[in-house]
Amino acid sequence: MIERIPILKLGPFLLLSIQVDMHDQLALDLQEDLTEQIVRHKAKGVLIDISALEIVDSFIGRMLSHIAQVSRILDAKVIVVGMQPAVAITLVELGLSLDGIATALNMEKGMRRLEAMVAADESLEESEGGEDTDASTPPGD
Amino acid sequence: MLIRQQVRKVAEAIRLGLISQTKIVTAASEIARNGLVYGLGGECLIEETLRAGKPAIRLVIRDQGPGIADLDRAMVDGYTSGKGLGLGLSGSRRLVDDFHIDSQPGQGTTVELWKWR
Repeated sequence: MIERIPILKLGPFLLLSIQVDMHDQLALDLQEDLTEQIVRHKAKGVLIDISALEIVDSFIGRMLSHIAQVSRILDAKVIVVGMQPAVAITLVELGLSLDGIATALNMEKGMRRLEAMVAADESLEESEGGEDTDASTPPGD
Repeated sequence: MLIRQQVRKVAEAIRLGLISQTKIVTAASEIARNGLVYGLGGECLIEETLRAGKPAIRLVIRDQGPGIADLDRAMVDGYTSGKGLGLGLSGSRRLVDDFHIDSQPGQGTTVELWKWR
């Protein structure tokens, strides 16, 4: 029985891959661990791989939304990658839209998207104070 | 949540498709969580059976909790008496092929879920 989901640091990002059946306590511990690590490592982005998750119910969905909101307040972007097709269909039918959560098909695309999101953010910071701040064209994928 | 693994096992045994499997496991997870959160735990029957000649899985999840006073209201998306999203009951009904709920205040709640091939 794994008690904690490992969170890996990669440059300015944190990576985590949920490889176990997500029970409720594990989900709560993860929220706590992740917020702590974001602050400790001053992380700019978090990539969450859920390709091994066989179901996402309303509790796990809510946990993902919660993580995304808290991270945003802590100035870190979150992207969820690798959702299984059956899980996506089930989520929609259940009525969960995962509002406000950025997603990507796989780890590689997710990482690129995360880098782009953070880069767009930094260029915005640099140009702050200048009169013409244009953030209207974030790089798409 | 042990119930998810057991439901998955039965769903595989009757050779439900992957999407149907995922749906019934998710619905079971929602209902069982309701039973734990509101009903303070209970019991769950999982059986492999037939429905109109098709291999089917039937779940009966029963709790001894306070029950639900207004079932019609409880089945509406977004309605919750607790701190959830209010999607558990209404969402689960959409995920399964047949759904019955029986509840009286003070008598606990019983939910029956069906999924067939």
